[in-house]
Amino acid sequence: MISDSTALDSAFLALADPVRRSIIARLSRGPATVNELAEPFEISKQAVSKHIQVLEQAQLVTRTRDAQRRPVHLNPARLEALTAWIDQYRLVREGQFRSLDAMLQSSAGQRGAKAKEQ
Amino acid sequence: MSNSLKLSVPEGLPFIDYEREFDFPVADVFRAHKEPDLITQWLGPRGMKMEMDHYDFRSGGTYRYVHTGPEGVPYEFRGIFHTVRENEFALQTFEFGGYPDVVSLEFMTFEDLGGGRCRLRGHSVYPSLEARDGMAQSGMEGGMTEGYERLDELLSAAKV
Repeated sequence: MISDSTALDSAFLALADPVRRSIIARLSRGPATVNELAEPFEISKQAVSKHIQVLEQAQLVTRTRDAQRRPVHLNPARLEALTAWIDQYRLVREGQFRSLDAMLQSSAGQRGAKAKEQ
Repeated sequence: MSNSLKLSVPEGLPFIDYEREFDFPVADVFRAHKEPDLITQWLGPRGMKMEMDHYDFRSGGTYRYVHTGPEGVPYEFRGIFHTVRENEFALQTFEFGGYPDVVSLEFMTFEDLGGGRCRLRGHSVYPSLEARDGMAQSGMEGGMTEGYERLDELLSAAKV
C-alpha cells in the first residue's frame, strides 16, 4: 500500500483550507454555480473561483457544461478514497506540520518585531 | 505555497516513512521538537488538552504526555530519547498507553537545505505489520482525533 501519489497530496492540500471545506460541505447538498457558492463568503467571486479551481485540480469537484451555468458537482468517490486509515494518518500529520508552520511563523514574526525594536 | 507531506507505507514491511520541508531554518524546526512549551503548541490536536508530564529531549532523556479529549478520556504517550543530536538527528521510542508494550522506534533526520529552509525526514519502525496498522489507527484516537473529525464531517456531509 503506497499512498504518496501526487493526486492524494493535492486532495489533502485542497482540504486544508477552511473556505474550500465549506464549499465541499455546501456541494454535498447538491450542485451549485460559482455565484451560489460565493454567496456565504465575504470574499470576491474571483477568489471563490480560484478555490474551486484548486478543488477541481484535486479532482474533488467537477464542472459540467450546462448552458451558461456550469454548475460545480462534488466528486464523492474522491472523498471516499481518503478514508483508508493511512490517509487519516496523513491528514493528522499534515495538520501537525501545518500547526508547526504556524507556530514557527508567529515566533519568527515576534523575533522580527524584537529585532526592529532594538 | 504550502509544503506537502510525502508519506510512504510500504507493503509487507512494518515501516512508515515521511518527508516534509519547512520554510524555516533547521535550528527553528529542531527547537520546536526540543522545547516542551513549543511542542504543546503544535503536536497536540486542536480540541484536545495536551498535558506535558515531562519531556527531556536529549540522549537518554524520557518523555510522557497525555492528550485529553472533550469527553475527558485521557490518552497517554511515553518513551525514551535514545539519541538526540542538535539540529541533525533524533531517535526515540514511542508507546501509546492504549496499546501497552507495542513500542515503535521513531527516527527523525533534520536536514539544512540552505536559504533558511530545511527538510524533516521520519522513519517509524513497528514490531509487526499488525502493530503498525493497529497502532496508527488507535494512536489516532488519542493523538489524531481532529483528522478523523474533519474527515467524518466531510464524509457525512457528502452522504446527505
